[in-house]
Amino acid sequence: MIGEGILKGLAETARNFFGSYVNKDRLTTVQFPEERLPQIEATRDFPFLVYDGTDWQQGLRCVSCQICEKECPPKCIYIEKSKDKKPDATGKPQSYPTTFNIDISVCMSCQICVEVCPFDAIKMDVAFELSTDDRFGGLLLNREQLAKSNEYYNKIHPTEAAAVDAAFAEERAKAEAKARQAAEAKAAAAAQTLTPGAGETTRVQ
Amino acid sequence: MSVLTEAPVDLTPSQSDDRTDSQLLEVSMGPQHPSTHGVFRMDVALDGERVVKLKPVFGYLHRNHEKIAETESYLGCMPYTDRLDYICSITNNWAYALAVEKLAGIQVPERAEYLRVITGELTRLQNHAGLVGFLMQDMGASGTPLMYAFREREKILDLFEALTGARMMCNYMRFGGCRVDAPAGWLQQAQKVIDAFPRFLDEFERLLVSNEILMARTQGVGVVSREQAVNAGISGPMARASGVNYDLRKVDKYGIYDRFSFRVPLGENGDVYDRYMLRVLEMRESVEILKQAMRDVPSGPIMDPNTKTRGFRPKAGEAYGRIEGPKGELGFYLISDGSSNPYRFRVRPPSLINLTLLEDMCLGQNVADIVIILGSVDIVLGEVDR
Repeated sequence: MIGEGILKGLAETARNFFGSYVNKDRLTTVQFPEERLPQIEATRDFPFLVYDGTDWQQGLRCVSCQICEKECPPKCIYIEKSKDKKPDATGKPQSYPTTFNIDISVCMSCQICVEVCPFDAIKMDVAFELSTDDRFGGLLLNREQLAKSNEYYNKIHPTEAAAVDAAFAEERAKAEAKARQAAEAKAAAAAQTLTPGAGETTRVQ
Repeated sequence: MSVLTEAPVDLTPSQSDDRTDSQLLEVSMGPQHPSTHGVFRMDVALDGERVVKLKPVFGYLHRNHEKIAETESYLGCMPYTDRLDYICSITNNWAYALAVEKLAGIQVPERAEYLRVITGELTRLQNHAGLVGFLMQDMGASGTPLMYAFREREKILDLFEALTGARMMCNYMRFGGCRVDAPAGWLQQAQKVIDAFPRFLDEFERLLVSNEILMARTQGVGVVSREQAVNAGISGPMARASGVNYDLRKVDKYGIYDRFSFRVPLGENGDVYDRYMLRVLEMRESVEILKQAMRDVPSGPIMDPNTKTRGFRPKAGEAYGRIEGPKGELGFYLISDGSSNPYRFRVRPPSLINLTLLEDMCLGQNVADIVIILGSVDIVLGEVDR
């Protein structure tokens, strides 16, 4: 019979319409600004720089090795390296970026900067409400705008951040153990120099 | 196809036409908004309602992908491949990763192969769901079927977001594996989506498959014969709808596709209806593959430990990696000169090659049919123009 297929289809539409009152699966719309879907943990949009502690200038993990600048496919990162050095998270003296700009109008959120960073200094953000009326200055983020605390990183990507923190703690413990060993060796050497003969040989060696 | 050198459409009526007072009408269809079928234009010459000439004009979305790739590292090309066919980024990644793996002789671990099949088939599901929805939209069933299709597609995109961090620009595959392992609970979540998917297919079939208007609009429209399909080199669902039994998952058995049992649906008439039905049937087969893959997925590493992320330099040589993408045979041809960027990077885009038959399909049809014929080809202009 002509029209049977159309009626069958309409029955399906009706089922969906009335079903949306009882079945939540059929009503998928979310009234956005008032209602929000829960954040999916792996979500990424634009990169930010992680800092430890409370002062972003002191705690910035970036050592301006410029690997991300080289690897970035659309070349949206611009870094200037410092002339002097300051101690990093494990106490080693490292350079720091005097300029670190990311043009997020060019960035394509590919996460390659995060993958290649050996210092876990650059991570992906989840903030997506970034509209601005200044299309040049407003989308060119500098060091201060990019720096976000480790607590923030822990909040947006808990699993990933916990793994990074554990790795850092291990590294720090290793560095401390090494420092302690070095100190002990120094003390031992100092003790040896007190006895004149032994001190001589140490110096020769 | 050289747009600039080709003569403009001749508007003088043909001699065989006995009506001497008639004149052909040239209509420029498109370019439309990229979210429909893309910024694509057709110069159509019409005799009344009938199409007598059709000239596709594309290139509006040209982004110089192949040349940019020659200045990027091998890893840096990966996110650009997402943007070729922006509906199915994961299969694009896969084809490129396969080409580089062939070039450098990299082995992929078991678990990564399974994750590739799972994400790849999910991509096929969401591409075909989106396509049948859009095809109905083109036919004038505005809204309803498209929204039903997008409701399902959304669930798959949520899975992609939980796994890769992005809904569409996944950037998921790496040479020798995948970028991240499935997070805790992801496989269970995916299983739920896959188990629920046949329900959507049943619903969609009840909604439209026996609809008389749909049949009247699509049956016998835009016919591609078997010979034409083979001669034009078209691939994927387009070729299979014309009865060409050519599915790279069966022919090449790339990855681990030889482990799954699935059927390749074939069309008979090669018209728009066959192409539409073929996608629906293919989705059912993809669900079968997914069920088998989800059952067998092993644990283990997801990356080949010998492959470097940074400073990757394959030895000099050339390789062609191809996969059965949702739109057809997607291939990447790479030449390496031993440096860190490809010497030549060439994409074989299924959309572009399937589009070459557009004029043959449209000649003699009505104007309104052009839209659904174009819709049934399943093009994404990001891939056509590159």
